[in-house]
Amino acid sequence: MTPRLHDYVLSASCYKVRLMAALVGVRLDLVAVDFHPGREHKGPAFRALNPAGTLPVLETGELVLTESTAMLVWLAQGHPGWTGDGSRSAAAQVQQWLAFSARLAASLGMARLHDMLHFPADIDGCRLAGIDCLREVEAHLFEARLAGRLFLTGDRPTIADIACFPNVALAPDGGVGLEPYPGIRLWMRAIRSLPGFIEMPGIHRLHELRPAPERGAA
Amino acid sequence: MIPQAVQDCWYPLAMAALTGPYPGRATQLLGQPIRVFRDAAGTIRVQGDAGADLPVILRFGHVWACPGTPQRDLFTIPEADHPGRRLVDCGVVRVKCSPLRAVENFLDIAHFPFVHTDILGAEPHTEVGRYEVHIREDTDEVWATKVRFHQPQAAMSAEGGIETEYMYRVPAPTAAVLYKTCPARPGDWDVIGIFVQPLTEELCDVWPWMALYDDVTPQAALIQFQQMIFLQDRSILENQIPRLLPLDPGMEIPTQADLTSVAYRRWLKRKGLTYGAQMVAA
Ligand SMILES: [Fe+2]
Repeated sequence: MTPRLHDYVLSASCYKVRLMAALVGVRLDLVAVDFHPGREHKGPAFRALNPAGTLPVLETGELVLTESTAMLVWLAQGHPGWTGDGSRSAAAQVQQWLAFSARLAASLGMARLHDMLHFPADIDGCRLAGIDCLREVEAHLFEARLAGRLFLTGDRPTIADIACFPNVALAPDGGVGLEPYPGIRLWMRAIRSLPGFIEMPGIHRLHELRPAPERGAA
Repeated sequence: MIPQAVQDCWYPLAMAALTGPYPGRATQLLGQPIRVFRDAAGTIRVQGDAGADLPVILRFGHVWACPGTPQRDLFTIPEADHPGRRLVDCGVVRVKCSPLRAVENFLDIAHFPFVHTDILGAEPHTEVGRYEVHIREDTDEVWATKVRFHQPQAAMSAEGGIETEYMYRVPAPTAAVLYKTCPARPGDWDVIGIFVQPLTEELCDVWPWMALYDDVTPQAALIQFQQMIFLQDRSILENQIPRLLPLDPGMEIPTQADLTSVAYRRWLKRKGLTYGAQMVAA
């Protein structure tokens, strides 16, 4: 069957899965879930599918996956390179960044949900934790650049990059600017230029046209 | 000091269906704390900080209140009452921008190919034809009519690109209504509104709402389509400079595509509806 993704268009985690599928050329059957305002994901019908009441959910035909990182692994299977180069070091680093992506979701992702959709959150705490994460990514990407690598775990993208990219790129939605991080901006550009890349609201394709500068009289 | 004309308008504050018992939704209107809740009798009430009730109207699925003395009824959308239409409340999105900027952006079709690429517009179809803008004397509303535009996917029920016709309407300072060719029923209009709640002059909650002929698309998909469109605008809105809407026409040079915006700004200025506006000394 065509894998079925229970999806919310504004969710960073759902976008991870849509993006990964697009990059490896897997077609998904998208089922829109009324996350906001309907909170359908907290209702009994949805909880029967995913007791945690979270999005996304991927039905593969044999599995019901409820963790986006597991979905990335499932999608990348059979597409060599996307899970690392096969070395012990790469495999461990990919796992490291997949786990790190949960920190991004809890900080930058939560700040975004707070600012955009009124989710209750300690907004200052979320933003500070998010900035800590961004500084870690920036420092890591700087080292990687010095070693001639463009991506988190090597010279080609892996599921680690796709897991971390959405909440980093959407940080401005939660009031955290990306201006101080040239390494992150270059990395995002590299991801956006991948063949098959797809966008979501807040993440534009590469040839975006910026609004013209204001021509103020004053 | 907030002008009386601003205080005497109706503003959206909540979705009626999601309004629960006290304490309900604690929010802000024109910089003042305000509360929307359902009392023991099931009546939706809006109270300011001091506990005084504000005049309330329930319309288009939303709770509207007036912080001053209402001078007229809240506008109506007769098409919304036509049988067979689906009324869709799309929730709320918070945007760090002037409430007037949110309305102005909604009126601007020239941004479709650039902001809503491949959905509401696409290069090279970036031309907006000539259209008409006027103030309706009887209702004192801004209208833009005969707006024609090529769109790749104008609605969930549209397959492939179509030439879409639009009408835009500003019936209240922080509300805008769009009528567009209905792919499912030629001759009828789909109706899409944004109701903007001014929290402060630089912060608003936007409540998109739709009245459509579409028996096919699941509710969640309709809502997500609208939210996707609006969220594409959000990052643009949050980065606009100046943050307040300039009401001196000399401040930003209008182009043909901005006729509606110019009319909206003049209308606001004439009526003294300057909350969220930047007044420039003449
Ligand atoms: Fe827009």
